Amino acid sequence: MSQVLLLRRSVLAGLGLGGFALAFDAGAAPAPGTPASKTGKAGPATKPGPADGLRPNLFVHVRPDGNVDIVCHRSEMGQGVRSTLPVLVADELGADPARVNVVQADGDKAYGDQNTDGSHSIRGQFESLRSVGAAARIMLVRAAATRWGVEPSSCTARDHRVRHEPSGRTLGFAELVAAAAKLPAPTGKSIVLRPRSELKYLGKDLPLRDGADIVSGRARFGADVTLPGMLTAVIARPPVVGGSVQRFDAAKALAVPGVQRVVELPAPKPPFEFQALGGVAVLAAHTWAALRGRAALDIVWSHGANASYDSFAYRETLRAAVRTKGTVTRNVGDVEAALGKAAKTIEAEYDTAHLAHAPMEPPCAVARIEEGLCEVWAPTQNPQAARTSVAKALGVDESKVAIHVTLLGGGFGRKSKPDYCVEAALLARAAKAPVRVQWTREDDIQHDYYHSCGVQKLSAGLDAEGKLVALRHRTAFPPIATIFGGSSIPAAGELQQGLQDLPLAVPNVRIESGDSPAYTRIGWLRSVHNIRHAFATQSFLCELAHARGIDPKAMLLESLGPPRKVSLAELGLGELKNYGQSLEEHPIDTARHHRVVERVTELSRWSSRAKDGRALGLAVHRSFLAYVAVVISVVRRPDGRLYADEAWIVADVGTVVNRERVHSQLEGAVLFGIGQAFYGNVTMKEGRTVQSNFRDYRLLRLGEAPRAVHVDVIPSEGPPAGVGEPGVPPVAPALANAIFALTGTRVRELPLCNVVRA
Amino acid sequence: MTLELEVNGQKHTVDADPDMPLLWALRDLLGLTGTKYGCGQALCGACTIHVDGEAVRACVTPVRRAVGKAVTTIEGLSRDGSHPLQRAWVELGVPQCGYCQAGQIMSAAALLKKKPHPTDAEIDTSLAGNLCRCGTYVRIRAAVKKAASESP
Repeated sequence: MSQVLLLRRSVLAGLGLGGFALAFDAGAAPAPGTPASKTGKAGPATKPGPADGLRPNLFVHVRPDGNVDIVCHRSEMGQGVRSTLPVLVADELGADPARVNVVQADGDKAYGDQNTDGSHSIRGQFESLRSVGAAARIMLVRAAATRWGVEPSSCTARDHRVRHEPSGRTLGFAELVAAAAKLPAPTGKSIVLRPRSELKYLGKDLPLRDGADIVSGRARFGADVTLPGMLTAVIARPPVVGGSVQRFDAAKALAVPGVQRVVELPAPKPPFEFQALGGVAVLAAHTWAALRGRAALDIVWSHGANASYDSFAYRETLRAAVRTKGTVTRNVGDVEAALGKAAKTIEAEYDTAHLAHAPMEPPCAVARIEEGLCEVWAPTQNPQAARTSVAKALGVDESKVAIHVTLLGGGFGRKSKPDYCVEAALLARAAKAPVRVQWTREDDIQHDYYHSCGVQKLSAGLDAEGKLVALRHRTAFPPIATIFGGSSIPAAGELQQGLQDLPLAVPNVRIESGDSPAYTRIGWLRSVHNIRHAFATQSFLCELAHARGIDPKAMLLESLGPPRKVSLAELGLGELKNYGQSLEEHPIDTARHHRVVERVTELSRWSSRAKDGRALGLAVHRSFLAYVAVVISVVRRPDGRLYADEAWIVADVGTVVNRERVHSQLEGAVLFGIGQAFYGNVTMKEGRTVQSNFRDYRLLRLGEAPRAVHVDVIPSEGPPAGVGEPGVPPVAPALANAIFALTGTRVRELPLCNVVRA
Repeated sequence: MTLELEVNGQKHTVDADPDMPLLWALRDLLGLTGTKYGCGQALCGACTIHVDGEAVRACVTPVRRAVGKAVTTIEGLSRDGSHPLQRAWVELGVPQCGYCQAGQIMSAAALLKKKPHPTDAEIDTSLAGNLCRCGTYVRIRAAVKKAASESP
């Protein structure tokens, strides 16, 4: 067994990058552009030799010319991961980012976690990624020290050179690669990270890795992949989830010039997970022929068990669920007794709609099966799940599947679900030719994994002084667990997104969840259940402030209580998932809530919050371990429509790696949140999605975006938290609170445009 | 049928149904994939190109209507990504996922050609048909103004 492999195993195992690496005869990722079929197998391959440069682990390859390949194992969808992770590795290595080539990883468990959602690319791997850079640095430094006959500790690596500090002598990486590659590899505790003060790029504005390609049309997204002999497929899917093809006639479709084949796909059996939805696919020489062919199909569907799903009627089911006692999932004190004794009780129900992800790039994937290997090129957030799902659908071992990750034209959680990759693989097998599956916008809106609709009922008891002494929060929404065959009663994993984990300085708290069966595919969407929970809790606190005649900010801070780290006992919980990280490292720290609230109200001049025809609304929310406060200003346009004209967002996300992308994510979250709060609405009738394109699934447009979004990030050296999602949840309640302040209308439903004009 | 197209200054001959949207002719027949599909109904602007200098939605423009006209796609906006809008887009870090940005830039380029110094309202109106799901609009406005500021 080679030293290279030993190091690789010890590094990966020691860093918790996945025990699977131990069983994997791993090598470096294939060179960019090398099809897996040419390397003989899927995933990381090739055994390196010293002449090939230094490869201390799967992630770093210092080439003989000194240039460095760094693997980005997570998916780029606008959050800037390709501009950020490789620079963090390079920084620890002492490499010049201008001499770094970013290699996008295929889906492979050897890389550890690659599922790019849950806002955890940085927070989950801040130290482990630095370690892979450090291993290479240590070897280069040792090679230089040996050459000079000095102590390694007297040498440093930076700007692509190793320097002997006492003498000022330097050697470039290219001059050291060959010697370094022969050295024994550092393991375990001998991989010492640099002090933070030596990280040159940490917290800086890093250049966009793909910016120039994007603005010139060269960037390659999923549908831009073209293979020789490739057919393009569009699929008529069952209009109702769980439906199937009863019979179909392909004659007219086959008569369309360019159409080559019509293929029936099998209907999935529940649980639907990431299976293809089934239906009838039209394969053609180009997209236009495939679209015309699909339009010419004559299909009779069986609609199955969900054919009576009506989301309007279903909301009544959810309302009924929250009007009776549900399953208690968090309990402190005696809520019923306290509500009974309260000087005043206030109740409100909040109703939130299904949402579609609607990434600007609809799902698409290209598959080719050659010599027993299935390769898929796809914009996927989750290449390992794509690999597993494709292998399962084809009935082959995962080693016979390679997933190549392209740029994603938006993800938002939709592209974590690789049903479209499965479709491409099944069709490539049926057609015995490479196939591109292209979803139309109608397909995307009508066959999504929808964000669940929900109803919440909040009941507050105030004492004689007006203080909040009891809070009962009932929630009902079809859980994500249902697509995996789980319970229809929302449970801890899904309630710990802004509800069970909500700090409340209230002596009597109870959270109950109601039975909410799913009649469509439910999926996670950027910030997930936090959207609904933050909307209800932050709106309700503002309502309580109004009832008491106090400043909503004061009510908000009072509900959080004094600055402190909130214990599980105080929450009334036995355990907290805490987004997969420990409470010791990432406590619920209300001092951080206070800090972002104070800062955002200072920047937005909250004290003069309603004048000159504008009004401000405030909300704060902790999610994905980050603390975010938002203030939104709302005005009424001359035509009567409401307009969010300015916004402030303050975030404490712990340590920042790429300042510029953190700011852009927070700006984007404000606009994403405003558009979704005003307009986001999927409804279903007779089991079918009513909306079909941007005409009726409305997104925010340029003229509807605020004139300014002011972003402020709290300086911190704390452990990094999530960034991509936590900006979203406080936006909807801040907007609703501003609308109330401006108009006196309290909107208790999303989308807000069901009640107010926007 | 055989159609003659001029795209980014180059002549092409394509064999296509004359009703085929220009979008698919560009992407599938000519391999110019910088122009994106987003909705197929002129609702999102991801496919915006120029036909004789006018911004049009390629997804609803039949290929026959481009015959005898000069088509410009994002690949042909400048030879080397040096159009003032492309530079401003990179300098201000406008793109997030990037998928809509070719269409945004092509709409903005058509605007600047007519109005080298557009007002805020003119920018809002001219780019109203270009959706961005990531929420880059604030930077898009700033980048259009930055590019405009370089114009005499």
